[in-house]
Amino acid sequence: MIWRVEIKEKPGIEGPSGTGVLRDIVDLGITSLTRVDVSQFYTIKAPLSAEQIVAVASRLLADPVTQDYFCSPLEPGAAGPSSSLTCTEIEVAHNPGVMDPVEASTMKGIRDLGLGSVEWVRTAKKYYLHGTLTKHQVLLIIEKVLSNKLIQHAVQDPVVSYGAGTTAGASKDTVFTVPVLGVSGKELLKLSAEGQLFLNRQEMQSIQRYFQAIGRDPTDCELETIAQTWSEHCHHKTFRGKIRYEFEERGRKKVRVINNLLKSTIAKATMDLAKPWCVSVFHDNAGVIRFDKETNVCFKVETHNHPSALEPFGGANTGIGGVIRDVLGTGLGAKPICNTDVFCFAPPDFPPAELPAGTLHPKRIMKGVVAGVRDYGNKMGIPTVNGAILFDDGFVGNPLVYCGNVGIIPRGKEFKKVLKGDVIVVAGGRTGRDGIHGATFSSAELTDSSEVVSSGAVQIGDPIQEKKVLDCLLLARDRNLYHAITDCGAGGLSSAVGEMGETLGARVDLEKVPLKYQGLSYMEIWISESQERMVLAVGPGEVEALLDVFRSENVEATVIGFFTGTGKLELFFHGQQVCDLGMSFLHDGIPDITKKAVWKTPRLKTPRIQCPADLTLSLLDVLSHYNVCSKEWVIRQYDHEVQGGSVIKPLCGAGFDGPSDASVIRPRLHSDRGLAVANGINVLYGKIDPYWMAAACIDEAVRQVVAVGGASDRIAILDNFCWGNPDKPDRLGGLVRAAQGCYKAAVEYGVPFISGKDSLYNEYTLDKRSIAIPGTLLISAIGLIDDVNRCVTMDFKNAGSLIYLIGETHDEMGGSVYYDTLGRLGADVPCVRFRKGKAIFDRVSQTVRRGLVRSLHDCSEGGLGVALAEMAFSGGFGATVTLKDVCFKGPVARNDTVLFSESTSRFVAEVSPRQEKAFKKAMGPVSCRCIGRVEESPEFVVYGRDDKICVNVVIGDLKEAWQKPLRW
Amino acid sequence: MAQDVRVIVLRTAGTNCDGETAYAFERCGAAVDLVHINRLSSGEVSLGDYHILAVPGGFTYGDDIMSGRILANELRLNLGKDLEAFIASGKLVLGICNGFQVLVRAGILPGPLSGQSLWHPGVPQTVSLTHNDSGKFEDRWVRLKVSGVSVWTEGLGDTVLFPVAHAEGKFMTRDDAVLRSLRENGQVIFRYCSEDGQSVAYPGNPNGSMDHIAGIADRTGRVLGLMPHPERHFVVTQHPAWTRLGKKSGYGEGARIFQNGVTYVKDNLIKN
Repeated sequence: MIWRVEIKEKPGIEGPSGTGVLRDIVDLGITSLTRVDVSQFYTIKAPLSAEQIVAVASRLLADPVTQDYFCSPLEPGAAGPSSSLTCTEIEVAHNPGVMDPVEASTMKGIRDLGLGSVEWVRTAKKYYLHGTLTKHQVLLIIEKVLSNKLIQHAVQDPVVSYGAGTTAGASKDTVFTVPVLGVSGKELLKLSAEGQLFLNRQEMQSIQRYFQAIGRDPTDCELETIAQTWSEHCHHKTFRGKIRYEFEERGRKKVRVINNLLKSTIAKATMDLAKPWCVSVFHDNAGVIRFDKETNVCFKVETHNHPSALEPFGGANTGIGGVIRDVLGTGLGAKPICNTDVFCFAPPDFPPAELPAGTLHPKRIMKGVVAGVRDYGNKMGIPTVNGAILFDDGFVGNPLVYCGNVGIIPRGKEFKKVLKGDVIVVAGGRTGRDGIHGATFSSAELTDSSEVVSSGAVQIGDPIQEKKVLDCLLLARDRNLYHAITDCGAGGLSSAVGEMGETLGARVDLEKVPLKYQGLSYMEIWISESQERMVLAVGPGEVEALLDVFRSENVEATVIGFFTGTGKLELFFHGQQVCDLGMSFLHDGIPDITKKAVWKTPRLKTPRIQCPADLTLSLLDVLSHYNVCSKEWVIRQYDHEVQGGSVIKPLCGAGFDGPSDASVIRPRLHSDRGLAVANGINVLYGKIDPYWMAAACIDEAVRQVVAVGGASDRIAILDNFCWGNPDKPDRLGGLVRAAQGCYKAAVEYGVPFISGKDSLYNEYTLDKRSIAIPGTLLISAIGLIDDVNRCVTMDFKNAGSLIYLIGETHDEMGGSVYYDTLGRLGADVPCVRFRKGKAIFDRVSQTVRRGLVRSLHDCSEGGLGVALAEMAFSGGFGATVTLKDVCFKGPVARNDTVLFSESTSRFVAEVSPRQEKAFKKAMGPVSCRCIGRVEESPEFVVYGRDDKICVNVVIGDLKEAWQKPLRW
Repeated sequence: MAQDVRVIVLRTAGTNCDGETAYAFERCGAAVDLVHINRLSSGEVSLGDYHILAVPGGFTYGDDIMSGRILANELRLNLGKDLEAFIASGKLVLGICNGFQVLVRAGILPGPLSGQSLWHPGVPQTVSLTHNDSGKFEDRWVRLKVSGVSVWTEGLGDTVLFPVAHAEGKFMTRDDAVLRSLRENGQVIFRYCSEDGQSVAYPGNPNGSMDHIAGIADRTGRVLGLMPHPERHFVVTQHPAWTRLGKKSGYGEGARIFQNGVTYVKDNLIKN
């Protein structure tokens, strides 16, 4: 029996989701609707009587105070989109096989009622659109607002949508081989393309030679395993390979061959610095540093760009889920304590008519991405404490979604070692066809849309499953029940088992892997990227105790094989061998490839712009710039306080709405020791010079940590490159230059890289024209705070305080927000003067911790003008400032240059007159000038270099300009 | 030696404010156990061994179907008798955020509005917590006016400042009669209010709750549920503008609630 239960709000109770849908429809330009109602549908296959289904509806599915329920048996043809003059009804369901955690919860709920044996549950939403719509408008609303065809569809006939249940594919009993032995290079490339292996000719030939030597063709599974292991995603071929780098130096062309870009820049900085508090760097899922006597901290940032472009909610959702698993799989498992998320989109007001075909509108992407992070982070109970959102037209086809996670791990648990004979256990979610590269699971719709490269793009996460795994893992870790752990991420079991068994070898019996539904082939099981799974290496004596821990909290954990000691990867499916590969070939057999990189300094000019006598409007424009304006609409949707350790929140100040620099948390509630988390990212600088972009990003990330009271000698950083196609020399040239900037700045500032990530091939191809994203580097910083009670925030605290500008201001307007508001890029990108910068950071860090500043804010995008305005309106005080007192280095001091230049290593400090002497003494030789005063009255007045007023505005107007753009 | 004040912090799939809730009770001197509901259902752990039951915040079972519903059913159907005895014996219950949603959907709050009996598994749900008017999850600090009678809020001051972090916190009653009874019985404990204690619109009332209600108690005042998080204002440094306050360390405005619970048990339930 299949039942349908519809849950509706009682008359007079208006559901908010309808209002949101209506708003999105109005955004499309359709204004003929008066109201939208949304109901929830449950389709349930279970032998339930009419009386029993009413019990399910009334006791489980409907709220007796606010909702009504309607039960009916499933009948064909009854629920397709129906239109009358006054109301259009559209039911939207998930495509078969798409994760919907509500289904499992509903089945549990029915079991709890004592009504057992439910075969399956499907959920759907029904939209009642009140008003008149044309047929075209209905289709547009379905496509642009109500569904994403990759995961959802409008129900035409419920029997078709639900009746069949999950369709099982044909199971493959026979082992398939791929003929590579005698074929030509051209044919090898064809095999690579057909199999979506993304292997080049040299790599295919290397595989051919391996199999020629052992005298047989590879199985499909072997070939796929090699492709996964050798992929850019897993092997980082660009960063680890050889690069022939052409560049100009003093007008002369030079060539250098770089052997392993990672080891010669990023990792080299860490090696050169050799900080004793770096515990485990670059070889685990996340970098690990010391925190206190008992605890270490680990930090990792990942990207999930392509999935988020196609299905923003699911992409961001599984992105955050994935990076949390990285931390869970670091050492013997860390406890996640906070998230950081940074996004890059095209501007939300991007003209819809100019969108490239096949892309979603940036506003829709942004709403979906934010919802995805909110869903996963909040449900896992991990506070999202830090982030940034940047906008640039270059992200229109390819948004960037960076997800980061910090964890704590007891000292002594930071290393893992798989032992011969250890049993392989997979724990957590079941394995399905979701996330199988190249496999087309659900329907022909997926294959005929060109953007679907991988159905991994359409995954939806199940945060509660991951939370359950987390809870059990920490219990098992503390009882020493396993020897090693890693996450199932890209490449699924193939990567996880392949990595863990790299030296020992492993045998897996694939039929033992628990499946979501029957019918998966051995290869699908092996490479599926289904979410929420972890792989453990367990001593044979501890297996039962370990499985008991998982069982006690309803988490599935299954033995699927063991680590053999043969040095081979051996896979079996119902007794038949489907893979027999040498681990050494798998991990070291990839041929060396030399890529070509070229760096040419772009020919850019400094624009000729008149400096307006009155800069008030300019300041308001800069504050309203999308990259500067308030992100409160986003921040409030994240739980940034769960776990109780919040010290400096992302929003601070008198009205709890000012923009904090770094966020600070107290990971262990009984201790006063804290962690500051910050990031540095700037897309505009990279368009001028990626080297100085990298240096500026590191400067900014470190500056933010120092601004809240972090110790400048205990900061570690992560690199995260998102770049275009590295096979194109110009793109790779910029990447090399950015990596060189990273090395220089990290060494000069004494901030080691502890982990990193690169996501390359971020281009969107349309009609053979390729749009590359602007090369983007995210630097994430984590800093130690000795005593959280000494932290400072950026809001002005008292009228009468003195305002100090620390650091030098140069004529460096290239890539500034001010120029961007005028539609210009400029040429003089902010440089970093490392020695001066280092001295400033050390002095400021000491001064803050001695309690000599009342508030402190870093000068970043928008320069001094934005920093002062933010401090004023966040504190509820006015200010009087004189630009003549600014330490300006340059030939011509213009008011706009002084106010909006984005020179690095600068802070604005609020100093009490009583402490001025001590403050100045503490700052020693670094440039530090008093430029004004905090005022009781709300006037914000800036005197120009000529002593004439150039900005005159009340702080309420400044705040409004800053808050308005993204107040959705 | 004095007997411990024993607190059970209940957890299940998706509970996530258990650590800080346990920490708050521990700092107030209680002995706290974090217990998975499976261990209560199996009989391995007995509810009767504890003085205070805390149902913490989180997203139990992902808030699937609706917030708190699945855990509420589990409590009522599997542990109903134990809970009935727990409440009848004069012990304390605290539900925060998702815990409040659970207590409401199980009918434990507000409990019977008249008559002699306290809560039992047959008591129907008479109030609800539904989707915020804003249509989204929001984390923000709100001021609350304290009223009514509850052992949990003694000496708390006229108003307190706590954060809310929820998507389903709009308080509604089945009908006007229920609302009237809650007021007359002194069961309304927290209302969203303005800085000076007056009635307030969004965002001061973050979800559109009826009569601005943020928290209620049962008729005895021993069972309390609230949407805002007192454990997130347990120490001063959790305050969003603590760097502006004179006081830079020590307890926050939520600590009193946990202290009250522990003190009540010491004074009334433990015979030394």
